Amino acid sequence: MWSFSDIANNLHQWLYANVGSTWATVIEMVLAGIAVITLFAVLGLVLVLMERKVSAWMQIRLGPNRVGPKGMLQSFADTLKLMVKEGFTPGGADKFLFNFAPYLSIIVAMLLMAPIAFAKNFQLWNINIGVLYISAISSISVISILMAGWASNNKYSLVGAMRSGAQIVSYELSAGLSVITIVVLAGSLNIPDIIHSQANGWWIFKGHIPVLIAFVIFIIAVTAETNRAPFDMAEAESELTAGFHTEYSGMKFALFFLAEYVNVFIVCAIGATLFLGGWMPLHIGSWEGFNRVMDYIPSSLWFFGKIFLLIFLIMWFRWSFPRLRIDQLLNLEWKYLLPISMINLLLATVMAIGGWHF
Amino acid sequence: MFLKTYIKDIYTGVTSLLKGMRRTGYYFTHHKEIITQQYPDNRATLNLPERFKGEVVMTHDTNNEHACTGCTACELACPNATIKIITKFDITPEGKKKKAIDKFVYHLELCTMCNLCVEACPTGAIKMDQTFEHSVFDRSRLTKILNQPGSKIREGVE
Repeated sequence: MWSFSDIANNLHQWLYANVGSTWATVIEMVLAGIAVITLFAVLGLVLVLMERKVSAWMQIRLGPNRVGPKGMLQSFADTLKLMVKEGFTPGGADKFLFNFAPYLSIIVAMLLMAPIAFAKNFQLWNINIGVLYISAISSISVISILMAGWASNNKYSLVGAMRSGAQIVSYELSAGLSVITIVVLAGSLNIPDIIHSQANGWWIFKGHIPVLIAFVIFIIAVTAETNRAPFDMAEAESELTAGFHTEYSGMKFALFFLAEYVNVFIVCAIGATLFLGGWMPLHIGSWEGFNRVMDYIPSSLWFFGKIFLLIFLIMWFRWSFPRLRIDQLLNLEWKYLLPISMINLLLATVMAIGGWHF
Repeated sequence: MFLKTYIKDIYTGVTSLLKGMRRTGYYFTHHKEIITQQYPDNRATLNLPERFKGEVVMTHDTNNEHACTGCTACELACPNATIKIITKFDITPEGKKKKAIDKFVYHLELCTMCNLCVEACPTGAIKMDQTFEHSVFDRSRLTKILNQPGSKIREGVE
């Protein structure tokens, strides 16, 4: 049986037997880095094409259909274009910060990949405070946006960056509270433990209404945290040209663009892990036959299926809803989402103490 | 009272958002019902609406004859000086001078396709055509002479 964990274990043993423990660790780190970069590249290509197709279909258009069969190679052509473009630094910009900001946004996205369990027993770093680590690291992404906006020396960029700062700081709260709801129910911050607590049913089914509300709030908050429409105040094409990345071009722009899509992937992966059971297959109570059929589908397929379902949901939001104004955005967070998620957390805690979930 | 409006706000907000998502979801699942005109591949079968106007042309029959008397009604009707008519005097067989057009100059780059010239024409010499691929590399090529070389006015048109 081929699975990611078998391949990883065999490689690990072979390396330890042949090159010694120090070099084995170094080689494993390099391999993990290459794997993450490859995943980034593939995700960028797939998600950009998916977004363009989804947006086209929702607007009854055709979408990309020229490059390659059914437009499948469109994102390769776009990447090629971005790679040969000139990477331009404006005269008045702070050179170091300006050039460093896109790399910081990608580094944050790469760090977030570490604790995610992609398949059964397959994880880069099994850390016992996985969920805390994710919420701590994801707040660094605002620094890259502020850095880009400030260093550009451009009023639109600065306004975009400031908006983004206000937005991410406020929406982090309700995202965190809805994550804590699951931590309370699962009783652990460790990601494999949280997944194993869902072996007999995903939290979204087991946790009654409080988890459902937490899920909705989580999705809203992470849409805001990744700066996607309807919360794309930081970019706001129609008012701020492109917000914090107005002055960027070529590959540096591409890194911001890639980081946005990778962040969407990561938050959807976290959502899938916490609420939809990670790589756990769908099991329904006592239907033995059905459960066994579901077990045959590989765990990585389950995980990626759930992630892409959530990504589709977030794209659906983007192409349905109009953009919020900045005051409406903060109203929504501080007057609606935060109080609701606090009460919701209380309910979930009572439910966890009473053991009323399934 | 406050709590009532608060809950009502949340309820109406969520339901209206779901309504919007239902609409786009319907479009997503029914994306084959394309409502826009598809363009470059189907030039031969392109089905343009009747009222679509692309450029002004002068109709010529098989004898290379047109119906333009050179009355300049279209030139006067044009709101932005798109049309310029240069007239000349033909000598009829009876030895009389008769006014006729030398050049019907049409500036496509100034035209707004308002159709006023076609309505003003007393003899129906010009009409709106449906061609629309007008891009050229040189602006001067947009200045067109509508009467074909060697054409003359049709017999009986006054």
